[in-house]
Amino acid sequence: MDPILVAEAAVNGILLGGVLALLALGLNLIFGVVDIVWINYVELVMLGMYAVYWLVTAYGWPLPLAALASVALVAVLGALVHLLIIAPILSSPPVNQLLATGGLLFFLQSFATFLWATDHRSLRLALPILDVFGMFLSFARLLAFAVSLLAMLGLYLFLTRTYIGTAIRAVSQDREAMALMGADTRRVYLVTSGIGGAMAGLAGALLIIQYSVHPYFGAAFGPLTFMICVLGGLGNMVGAVVASLLISEVISVGGIITSTEMAYVVAFVIFIVAMFVRPEGILGRRE
Amino acid sequence: MTRLAALLGLALLGLFPWLPLGPARLYILHVAVLILIWGFVGTAWALMGRFGLVSLGHGAFLGLGAYTTTLLWNFWGLSPWIGTPVAVAGAVLLALVFGYPCFRFRVVGHYFALVTLALGEVIRLLIIAERDWTGGSLGLTLKDAGTFNLAAIQFADKRIFYFVALAVWLVGLAVWWRVDRSMTRSALEAIGEDETAAASVGIPVTRFKLRITVVSAALTAVGGVLYAQYMTYLNQGTLAGIGVSLQIVFAVVLGGMYTLLGPTVGTAITIALAEYLRVVFGVKLLGMADTIYGLALILIIIFLPAGLYGGLAALAQRRPRPARALAG
Repeated sequence: MDPILVAEAAVNGILLGGVLALLALGLNLIFGVVDIVWINYVELVMLGMYAVYWLVTAYGWPLPLAALASVALVAVLGALVHLLIIAPILSSPPVNQLLATGGLLFFLQSFATFLWATDHRSLRLALPILDVFGMFLSFARLLAFAVSLLAMLGLYLFLTRTYIGTAIRAVSQDREAMALMGADTRRVYLVTSGIGGAMAGLAGALLIIQYSVHPYFGAAFGPLTFMICVLGGLGNMVGAVVASLLISEVISVGGIITSTEMAYVVAFVIFIVAMFVRPEGILGRRE
Repeated sequence: MTRLAALLGLALLGLFPWLPLGPARLYILHVAVLILIWGFVGTAWALMGRFGLVSLGHGAFLGLGAYTTTLLWNFWGLSPWIGTPVAVAGAVLLALVFGYPCFRFRVVGHYFALVTLALGEVIRLLIIAERDWTGGSLGLTLKDAGTFNLAAIQFADKRIFYFVALAVWLVGLAVWWRVDRSMTRSALEAIGEDETAAASVGIPVTRFKLRITVVSAALTAVGGVLYAQYMTYLNQGTLAGIGVSLQIVFAVVLGGMYTLLGPTVGTAITIALAEYLRVVFGVKLLGMADTIYGLALILIIIFLPAGLYGGLAALAQRRPRPARALAG
């Protein structure tokens, strides 16, 4: 095995980890605050990818503007998912909540198939490939990584420096107490879902410059995202980043040493074992 | 009264293949076989699900069962009569290896659902990775053994499969019934309510959870074998992983998991709905059938949280029944 290939895969792993961390944080936020796992979360990313794709190819929008539109659009979708599907079943058993978002997953996948067929669509950007110490790194990935880091910093500042951000963190710590303190949990849930959606929209914009989009895009990334989200530990932003890097390294480096499928198998097994040993997440604190 | 209804129902099911079903007779029979197989799998899932052990990875056991017997038959010519016990043993082993640490370390609720989901994906990905044996994502065809071969459990006549599926389904119901009437049920209900409290009164939590998981996994593997023998074509997408696991749970929750026939009724509804939409839309408007299907599932879960059959059964029980009201 050529060491330069392994190094290249390792760097690519870090770059992919940035985008995965973005997704894990968005999902983590919703899971932590509303206490529901959106099984359809990566399907929202897929919609964001399509949004950018169509805005750029069919309407000729410049890429950055299309990316912003995707963030706004999926943020609205996130809020709508909460209003239309989650809010009516907030007090239902967890299995029903899980299944409602599962139904949404089927719905979004099939509806995307209906609208846009199963073609793989790519922006075909002519972004440069950089040669760093003999490793070939794609500029698109570096860009996606940098934007992810900025977005994470933005989320951190939002959650710590603003009033609603503080309220969101407070609700994730104790739902009942916050309601008793007179906090409007409905508004907090709605804002959280909107932010979760915005993260998905941004991730979509960052993924469409690297991958082609198709209705079943979520099938590969979805389970991975839940895994990273839980592995990092609830409400633990640093944990989410560490978990994304760990998993994306396993996938990226493992992928070139064995096969893509085996690398995923290893990643899932790491997740399962980690859940046995540290159910509160790799960097979590015990309750 | 209930006994009479049950006997009548059984007689109807027994005579079903000879009923005048019109020109689409074979198709209707095919759908009936599918409903029985998946109803059986749903019943096996509900054994765990009703106690709060929501598994999103039953596809793992399904796929393990189906692929084990088929691979043994295709490569070594081992009859499914031998393959099935091997497959069941494999599923039991997997359930033990996976379940013991799961329950020992108290992985519960959402976390249990996500860990089982990962298990389902592991099996699906392994099937794809071992493509030399399993055909990977292209799937695997069961080696043909003629139109009537008892040793290979292959029959061209759908009526035979109908009765095989009916028998297996009845066994599933019997297992459900026994669990429902046993101490295991009380123990597991106590565990589902409050695990710490259950442990403090001396209920061996891990052992009870493990026992029901093993039974559920074993039955699910049998379901997988049956599906493989009937369809004679296996695909990792339809037999393992998140998609099929979710479909099983959907059907069960739709029918209601706390009643004997709930899982089967839910399965019948989802399969009938999916088949109906498929017939209506055919190959035109690709994706439309599943779009409506997904939408229907969301609406049902929002508006009928107790499931269709479960909701109706609860309504029926609310009627005044003096003798029962006293008993509680």
